[in-house]
Parts: sequence; structure tokens; C-alpha cells
Amino acid sequence: MLDFPRWKIWSILLILALGVALAIPSLIGEANSRRVGLGGMPRINLGLDLSGGSHLLLEADTTDVVRQRLGLKEEEVRSEMRRASPRIAIGDISTQGGKLEFMVRDVAQLDAAVDRVRGLTNAVGVTGQRDWDVTVVDSTRVVMTPTAAGIKDAVDKAMDTATDVVRRRIDSLGTREPSIVREGDDRIVVQVPGLQDPAALKALLGKTAKLEFKLVDITANPVDVAQGRAPAGSQVLPYPGSPGGFIAVQRRAIITGDQLTDARQEFDQTDNQAVVAITFNGDGGRRFARVTQDNVGKPFAIILDNSVLSAPNIETAILGGQARISGSFTTETANALAISLRSGSLPVDLKVIEERTVGPQLGADSIRAGIIASTIAALAVIIFMFVTYGRFGFYANIAVTLNIFVILGVMALLNATLTLPGIAGFVLTIGTAVDANVLINERIREERRRGRNVAQAVELGYKEASRTIFEANVTHAISGLIMLLLGSGQVKGFAVVLLLGIATSVFTAVTFTRMLVALWIRRNRPCDINI
Amino acid sequence: MRLLKLVPDNTNIGFVRLRYWAFGLTAALTLAACALVGIKGLNLGVDFVGGLMIEAKFVQPPEMDKVRESIDSLGVGDAALQQFGAPNVVSIRLPPPPSADPAANNAVVAKVKAALLRDYPGMVFTRYDTVSGKVSNELIRNGVLAVVLAVFGIALFGAFRFEWQFGAATFVSIAHDVLMTLGFFALTQMEFDLNIVAAVLTIIGYSINDKIVIDDRIRENMRKYRKMDMKALIDLSVNETLPRTVMTSLTIMLALGALLIWGGQVLRGFSAAMLLGIVVGTYSSIYVSSSLLITLGVGNRNREDDVAKPTGRNANAERVGPRS
Repeated sequence: MLDFPRWKIWSILLILALGVALAIPSLIGEANSRRVGLGGMPRINLGLDLSGGSHLLLEADTTDVVRQRLGLKEEEVRSEMRRASPRIAIGDISTQGGKLEFMVRDVAQLDAAVDRVRGLTNAVGVTGQRDWDVTVVDSTRVVMTPTAAGIKDAVDKAMDTATDVVRRRIDSLGTREPSIVREGDDRIVVQVPGLQDPAALKALLGKTAKLEFKLVDITANPVDVAQGRAPAGSQVLPYPGSPGGFIAVQRRAIITGDQLTDARQEFDQTDNQAVVAITFNGDGGRRFARVTQDNVGKPFAIILDNSVLSAPNIETAILGGQARISGSFTTETANALAISLRSGSLPVDLKVIEERTVGPQLGADSIRAGIIASTIAALAVIIFMFVTYGRFGFYANIAVTLNIFVILGVMALLNATLTLPGIAGFVLTIGTAVDANVLINERIREERRRGRNVAQAVELGYKEASRTIFEANVTHAISGLIMLLLGSGQVKGFAVVLLLGIATSVFTAVTFTRMLVALWIRRNRPCDINI
Repeated sequence: MRLLKLVPDNTNIGFVRLRYWAFGLTAALTLAACALVGIKGLNLGVDFVGGLMIEAKFVQPPEMDKVRESIDSLGVGDAALQQFGAPNVVSIRLPPPPSADPAANNAVVAKVKAALLRDYPGMVFTRYDTVSGKVSNELIRNGVLAVVLAVFGIALFGAFRFEWQFGAATFVSIAHDVLMTLGFFALTQMEFDLNIVAAVLTIIGYSINDKIVIDDRIRENMRKYRKMDMKALIDLSVNETLPRTVMTSLTIMLALGALLIWGGQVLRGFSAAMLLGIVVGTYSSIYVSSSLLITLGVGNRNREDDVAKPTGRNANAERVGPRS
């Protein structure tokens, strides 16, 4: 026990120095770290409850994805059958019950139809399962059922796209270091530090921003439209602000939002209303020019998220590939729409199912309170340990102080997040870390009482206590691990500090203090110790 | 320098003798805690019931009734108001809006903000949480699962590492600690939120820690003093570890006390729960779990066998006890 080879001493000191060094950038702040050339070193992230900011949990409505996929497949099947030569006549198409069904009019063409439909399915995932099951019922009807793997794949892709779109939209707000992470099958966690009012952010996320330009169906009977009936090839859409509240438009879109290259908020020169000016890409511009040329004098509808914003008349052909969307916009709503259009439409509807917003002032207050409480706690424990165990308490105090820095260092290395409960974890770790030293020191006291000499008592104290410390820490770690696995954000922050504290305190409280005690005994050879 | 000794050397308190009193008292308190939870219920935070929690900071301490009136007139449901820390900070809790639409939550927050700003210029929302029913159900499920897993996981560890009686005794006393903490929250009606679940898990971890230290000493003494009566042996073990138990509890209570007083309002419930848990955990370590070992009949098996085939790190521990 008293035998501490030089290499061991140096490696213990080296590890501790490393831990403390890693903690420095987090302690002196970002600006100072850069000044002293530590800018590139890893630092601890502050949780939103300390830095202030918003945490949003978004959930996608994935039934939408399934429905849209069915609609797309219907279009695909129709055009595939048209393209076949000879053309395959189909009818009685239905998308009821989540399946796509249609009837092949000529039974002789059934096999050809099934072949072509099979060609429309794809292998997904590692198993290579098809994304649709194709079966024939009643020897005339073809049924396409989406497979579980196919749906999962589609939802997965939609969620990836949605995450990208959300990221682009939030980036356009110009906030610092937002974190946007997919979670589980259908959720996205958005964390934006330092945001005063997340209303603007939520307004951005609430819109799917699916923009379409469609020709208005002027042949439709207004009475039918009011009752929601539209002629074949057309559909009825809500049109707030129009006399009937509804309007019939052609199903086929002239142009969609993914064909634009830019969108920005501007003011109308005549009435100073906020409008959104959009620029189409080459393909979109050409199509828009052609359609407007052919339909001068007729109205077209500008549709956002299946609701008509406006239905202006085409005065002249629009050739420049640019258009303006007007409606009842305020500057803010026009700007939000411009951002949404620029960042693409969301393939799914996102709902905010959890929101936690902390003002920057409260965050700063919490940090201050946390630092004050930790300092007082540390001082109280240090004084208490010293008056109880004297020199041995002093060693424990060095250990517990180093331990705080080492935990901070390891957290920086892991890029962990410090939350308010995490600060509580620190305070608690100060209390529990000295438990190891209490166990050791009490054991040394006991062994001294039994009449052992100093070296033997110290030796036995460390040896016997180590086993207990190990077992106690394992059980403590079990509860910490459970918190880490099942806890939500802030509780996780607590668990991280607790677990790191358990790991590092064994090193500082047992190994490091044993070294200090051993070195002291070796140098001074005391006959008696005051403990 | 004379050092502080909180517990005199060689105490010999007959804890085991008191066990029937302790069991009675413990059972009564635990039943009372359960009854409190059953009758008064827990004041569950928005984390677990869903809804909105707004923390508003006013320039001047406002009159609660006036604030309540302003909010009630909005028709957004029954508001629960509470002064939160400083006199000019008020926490406002509202039930989830009837519509599942997330925009409804925003609308409520905006409405309350506008109404309060009109009556109290300069007021700010320092914090607000909105939790939908779906999320709160998941949080409840995870919280309960975490506590159950922790209790069983650690009890299993105790049974595996020692003997089954240790696991069982630990399980009972941990369940007692958890119930007492819940009872405390039912009694005080302090808000029970996610942080409190973390506190309960930490209490479990700490309380086990305490019991393991004593169990470890009992096991050590069982090997050392093979013929000693189990009751005397447990008393000896508890007495031997008493200085450590008291010392550690006190250091942690010092740290938690600092957190309770200076750590800010947000951590107050957490610190209070932990502090209570430490007291309860220490009590159950001394009076419940070790005495329960007697009732469960630990060491009835021929202990000579144990010594004849020593295993583990303790195998060559010196035996200094009396041989007869």
C-alpha cells in the first residue's frame, strides 16, 4: 500500500491534470478560450434551461404520408396503363381502406396489367421486400396493398425530408446553433437556444407550405361548387374571401412550389400591401409562360396548403418566370410564407406536442443560483470533512475539488449538456464523493482502535472500504443508468453528471487520496495519526 | 487538533431489540403515506397531466386575485396560480385546451400574455411549458417504469451479490422510502414533476448505497464471528457503521441544504424531496432493512459451511473475533 512506484504517481497526476485542463475552456467561456488559443477545445453545452431558449417536440401525422402515397400510386398506375401498347383499359379505381384497387376491363389484358403494376413496385430495406403487394381478386380486379416495409420506408423518407425542411426554415431565422434531430419513427426535436419568443418559429413550422398554381375551372356550376361537387378533372377548394367560400379548380397543377428558385417578401407599389414575390426555375418559368399565353383572360388560382389565396385573371402572358402572390398578408406573415416557400414544402404535417421555453433572464438566474449553491455546498462539506478527519479530511477535500473539475473536463470531452438538474447532480456528487473517504477514514479509525499500527490501519482501511465502495457505486450507477435510458432531456442531464461523478469519484476519492496518504506516511513515518 | 466525533467510539445501541417498535412505526407511517396519496392525491405538474405552465415575472408583486380575474375572463379554463419564489413571480397553470390542435396552445399563451401585459405593463414570461396529453402519458409511463426498474434491478443485485434475504429486505425498505417521499408530496401538495422522479431515483440509489454498506459489514462479520448470535451480530454491524452512516448523511444534507436555500426556485422541490429521502433512507437503513434480515431468517443456514468454503475477496480476511 505504501509502495507507490514513480510511474504510478506520474500517471495519476497526469490523468488529473488532463481532466482539469479539459475543464478550463468551459469555465472561462468561449470568448476567453479563443483569446488564449483554446478556441478549438471541446466545451460543455449549456442546456436550454440554463441558456434560455425553446425546446419543441414535433410529431408528424404519418397517415398523411400513407394517403399521399396512395394518391401518387393511383396517378402512376393510370399513366402506366395509358402508356401500355395496346393501351390497357381500367376502371372502378378505388383507394378505400388503404389499398389501391382497380378493374381491368379486358380479362385478356389482366396478366399484362399485373406485370406492369409489378414493375411499379420497388425493393426496400435490407431484406429486399417489395413496397407493395400485388394480388388479383375475382380474376378481374388488381389489388395493391402497401407492405409494412413499404410504409416504413416512405415515412422514413418523408421524415428525413421534413427534418431537412425544418432545418432550412429555422436557419433562415438566423438563430445561433439550433439543433434539429429526428427522434423515433415520427418525431423531430428542435432546440433553439437564446430565442426570446418562439411564436415566429412555430408559425414557420406550422405551415406545410405546399404551393400550387392551378387554372380555375370556369365551366363549373356555382351551385354545385357550393355543395362541394366539381366537374371531372376538377376539384373544389376553400377560397376564403370569395362570395361562396369555395372555388373549383383543375386538378392538374400548372406549377408547384418545388419549381421555384426564390421567394421574398415585398410591398406592392400601388397599395403598399405586403406581397410575396417568387421566381421560378427555368422549367417552371417556361411552363408558366406557355400556360399563361394560352389562357389570357382566364383566372388562375394560387393555392397554399389546399386553400386558395387568390385567383387573379391572367391579363397578359407572364414570360419573365416571376410572379407575385398577394392576399391578406401582414409583413410578418408574408415573410414567413416567403421563408417557407424558399425552404420547400413539408411532406408531412407537423404538430408541436411539447414545448418548453425558458427566458434568457431565468437561465442566467439559474446559473447564478447554481454556482452560489454549489460553492456553499462545497465549502460546507470541505469544512466539515476537515474538522472531522483533519489531515485525512484535507486529502479528501483536495480529491473532491479535483473531482469537480475532472467531471467538467470529461463532460466537455463528451460534449455533454449541462442542465439545471445537472447542477443539482454536481451538488449531490460533492456530497456522495466524500462518502468514499468517510468509509475509508472511519475504517482506519476502527482499525486504529483495534490496536493496529498506522501503516496496517491505513492499509486495511483502504482495502476493506474499497470493496464496499465498489458495491455501493454499482447500485448507484444502476439507478443513474435507468435515468439516462428512460429520462427526458433535463433528467438525462442529471443522470450524466451523476454517472460521471460515480466513475471519477472512485478515482479521485480512492486512488488519488491513497497516493497522498502513502506519500505522507513514507516521508514522515508517523507513529500515530490524528483521525 | 482535536477532531470532531459525532458518534462516540464503540457505541452499542440495541437496534434489533427495537425492531417490533420500528416495524410498527414504519408500517403506520407507510400506511399514512399511502392514505395521503390516495386521499389528497399528488399535485401532478404539466409534465404528467398535460397543459400549460407559465411562469410570469411582474414588475411589482401583483395581487393574486386580480391576476386570476384577468385570466379567468379569457375563458381558457381554470387557472391555478401560485407565487413562485420571489413575490413578483407567479406560476400559472392551465388545463390543456380542448382542441388537440397545437395552435390552440399557442393561442392560449398569446391570450394570457396579452391580457396580463394590458393590466401589468412590463410583465414577462420567464418560462413556459406546454405538454400535450400524448407526451404527458409517455412521461408518466417512463417515470413509473424507471422507478420500478430501479427498485427491482437493485434488489436483484442485492440478492445476487449477497443472499436473497438481503435483496428482499432492501426491496421492502426502498419501497418504504419511495412511498414516504410520495406521501410527503401528497401532504405538502408541492408540484410533482419530472425533476421529482429524478429525485426519487436518486433517493433509491442513495438509500441502497447506505444499505449495502451495512449489509457488507454484516456479511463480513458473519464470516468473522461464526458463532455469534445473529441479533447481536447485526447490532454490532449497525453500530460499527453508525459513524459512517451519520457522517455521510450529514455531508449530503449539508450539500442539499445549500441547494434548497440558494439553488433557486426551480430546484426547490427537487432539493426538498432529496433531503427528505436522505432522512427516510437513513432511518430505513438502520431500523428497517437490517432488522428485517432477522425476521427473514438470514444466517439460519449453517454458517460453518460458509466459512469452510470461503469465496470472494474476503476469503482471507483476518479473523480476530472470539472463537467460542
